[in-house]
Amino acid sequence: MDSVDFTWLIGGPQGSGVESGANVFSKVCAELGYQVFGKREFHSNIKGEHSYFTVRVSDKQIRSNVNDVTLMISFDAETIFRHYSEVGSGGAIIYDSDLQNTTTESVHTLDNFFKKRLHEELESKNKPFTIEGVLELAKEKGVTLYPVSFKTVLASLAEETENPRLKGLVRMYNVIGVSLSLGLIKMPPASLLKSIDSIFSKKPQIAEINKQAANYAYNFATSKFTDFPLSLPGIEKQSDTILVQGHQGTSIGKMVSGCRFQSYYPITPASDESVFLESNEILEVLNDRPGSTAVIQTEDEISAIGMMIGSALTGTRSSTSTSGPGFALMTEAIGWAGMNEVPIVLTLYQRSGPSTGLPTRHGQDDLSFAVAGSFGDFPKIVYASGDIEESFYDTGRCFNYSDVYQVPVIHMMDKFLSSSVVTCKKFDPQKITINRGKLLDKVEGEYKRFAFSEDGISPRSRLGLDNGVFWNTGDESDEFGHITEDPQMRIKMMDKRMSRLDLILKQVPESEQVVSYGVHDYTIISWGSTKGPILDAIDMLKKEGIDIGFIQIKLIHPFPSEIVKSLLQNSKTIIDIESNHSGQLGKIFKQNIATEIDYFILKYTGRGMTSTEIYDSLKKIINGQANHREVLEHGA
Amino acid sequence: MALKLADYKTTVHNDWCPGCGDFGIVNALQMALAEMGIERDKAAIFSGIGCSGKTSHFINTYGIHTLHGRVLTFAQGGKLANPEMTVVAVGGDGDGLGIGAGHFVAAGRRNIDMTYIIFDNGVYGLTKGQASPTLKLGEKTKSLPSPNTNYNVNPIGLAVASGFTFVARAYSYDVRHLKDLIVKAVQHKGLSFLDVLQPCPTYNDINTRDWYAGADLAKEAAERHSRIYKLEDTHFDPVVHYADDKEIDEKLAQALIKSLEWGNKIPTGIFYKNDLISPFTTRLTDKIPNYMENPPAKQNISKDGKPTTDVSKLLDSLQV
Repeated sequence: MDSVDFTWLIGGPQGSGVESGANVFSKVCAELGYQVFGKREFHSNIKGEHSYFTVRVSDKQIRSNVNDVTLMISFDAETIFRHYSEVGSGGAIIYDSDLQNTTTESVHTLDNFFKKRLHEELESKNKPFTIEGVLELAKEKGVTLYPVSFKTVLASLAEETENPRLKGLVRMYNVIGVSLSLGLIKMPPASLLKSIDSIFSKKPQIAEINKQAANYAYNFATSKFTDFPLSLPGIEKQSDTILVQGHQGTSIGKMVSGCRFQSYYPITPASDESVFLESNEILEVLNDRPGSTAVIQTEDEISAIGMMIGSALTGTRSSTSTSGPGFALMTEAIGWAGMNEVPIVLTLYQRSGPSTGLPTRHGQDDLSFAVAGSFGDFPKIVYASGDIEESFYDTGRCFNYSDVYQVPVIHMMDKFLSSSVVTCKKFDPQKITINRGKLLDKVEGEYKRFAFSEDGISPRSRLGLDNGVFWNTGDESDEFGHITEDPQMRIKMMDKRMSRLDLILKQVPESEQVVSYGVHDYTIISWGSTKGPILDAIDMLKKEGIDIGFIQIKLIHPFPSEIVKSLLQNSKTIIDIESNHSGQLGKIFKQNIATEIDYFILKYTGRGMTSTEIYDSLKKIINGQANHREVLEHGA
Repeated sequence: MALKLADYKTTVHNDWCPGCGDFGIVNALQMALAEMGIERDKAAIFSGIGCSGKTSHFINTYGIHTLHGRVLTFAQGGKLANPEMTVVAVGGDGDGLGIGAGHFVAAGRRNIDMTYIIFDNGVYGLTKGQASPTLKLGEKTKSLPSPNTNYNVNPIGLAVASGFTFVARAYSYDVRHLKDLIVKAVQHKGLSFLDVLQPCPTYNDINTRDWYAGADLAKEAAERHSRIYKLEDTHFDPVVHYADDKEIDEKLAQALIKSLEWGNKIPTGIFYKNDLISPFTTRLTDKIPNYMENPPAKQNISKDGKPTTDVSKLLDSLQV
């Protein structure tokens, strides 16, 4: 059997069930044994603006999206206008035939910038500015069109089930669309019905109606659309596979790592994590009474970090989760935590800045800020996860780093990760270790919170510990934590705190600092969520006999200069890939090891990178046709 | 061994100006802690920034000197994670009602069981006497280039409106009364607010110790009276006695009206006390039943370096 690599796209106005439709589709594919990589794109809007979800499905490991869509399902005109050109030759579009004559002008959510580009394209090809026009273009490219009148489907369904209420239930267009798609590619229907049951498990009546619609649409497609060559009958399921949402890696990671306090202020795309933690606030604990996570929604991000620090002072593993604008408000307090050697973990789900930027879109814009964030010199760790599975284990590491080195840890995540839905190997909690460092259980004799010690780290008491009284201050302090402005004490305290940066580089295992996927003449350096598309692009090139190296830098601050330098010594061309404008990792790299980056592959449209576009750019570099700075544009 | 007043004092040099009203507050706090016999390691003083921020260094309990305007956030986090702590937050009026006003209001809504004391002197002392939120419109304290252009915040009124369930005012030169109020505030189950009038001898040349004593009210000493009086010496009843909307509204309105009294007569004492509003931890135990017995700070999270949290059901639900 040929290898399956199939991309499905569903679109529609926000609030129309695009996401739940995509969740059903993803779940069905995963249930049938396929690997799934899904990604949601949406506007900063509650209802009405265009959102879409692409789900890539394969029988091989996949870690990214590709440019071409194989099958698009659309029950509104905007989806067709915006995405028709992404469907590749040999692909198909299932669309609502009642939309055939819809004009671009009648779709008020099509913005003028897009409309202008579309009109130019249609004009040059001599097509009308209608759905019919764009579909003709698709057809000429070799796309098969499957018109379905969604209205008629509902009407027939209402008649067949003698349930006239169904006739007007446009809310079910999403389920109908998903079921038509599954019928077209001949996926066994049992898992479709099972997925609907599980997604609507709390609303059995709604599940029932949806299942009726699903059955009807599925049969409609299998009986009418028999010519589509692709079929996905299901394959052997790999054991221990889970289908996870982007925020679940860090949130379940926090539960397992013993985070018992999370304060937060709502912000896209970070709040999903906190809401998930609160939804699961009561925790089962082995051989013990139930535990719990206190999830506190605060009045702003300043309060969120203040509360987290207050909680951390009691010895509780404490955290917050935010995005760039919230992080900016937190920076003063991060410095306080650094000054007072308080272990905290701040999960930073980046989005596109600056300012409000593209508030619901992806970006890796905040690396420089995370490294520099807050005034004054103090030690902190900036650590970046490359995918959702990693983010689970990395959360455990971040808590250990913060406890052992008594520093704030900023865990870099982003919107690309948070709004992905992927299959991965089931998280293994036993692979997480818990190391509280020098946290004390009891204190005897005189206690000094900031006592000088050989490794620069002092035993840590906590609020409420018998005989463990200490003082903290944002001012420079003596060993007790009382204010001092003595120049000699200042030197000693500053050196004590800052010595931790070297200690971290010395003690954290190299494999946790940097992951090398091979070094060749051409070697990529990158960080964070670009990992997936980079690895997939490298695999594509490998099939053509081209070897490209890749070094994923996870510990960004302190920067592992020695490791990176020694890994790259045999590489001739260094390529930096990042989702930001200025190549922020590249700058840190150059600053630390005084080596120039040869090529940058950058993207700052707010949409994540696809493996296709990375592949294309790498090809250009190898063929000597690339610019020093390659800027990627794919995605609606 | 019973703790003595001296046990609550540190040896840290106090660098407040001679005659500063802050001394009375620190003394009263130490006296209150001693009177209640709270173990040193079961109490935490959180402080903001400014002269009052140094308070936590003078008291021999846990002392957390935080950021400007943010003291309530740190204090609430500490109290929630370890509810057995007695938590007192302190800060200036600029700290709590200027830069920290948002936190002041939000803290009232939560009603976490702790005490907040504002050192209220109408000026930003440590930055050389700029106008602070409680200085009246048009007043010109000595280092202001021109009279104050902002209307003043009413701390008592704001506390009552924000949901604080114990609201009182004290005068820092009446240390015994202040101590009594601190004890009552700490013992109150919910968020207590104490507005302490505290003359800044260096920068506030209007609301001076003499002014509070009424030195300007009459030529003859015998005819003078202190501006400060105690609500408990009047027929004022600040307590909400039953959970009835009319009763609550009346007590709130009464406190608000009383809070506007200023000039020749300045009320101190308890303005409002409502024990019928649930403290935040009760709201938490409604959804996490064993929160108080097993709060965040007391939970075991690992055994032999391995996590003990069992997420297997959650992971099973994600399995395909």
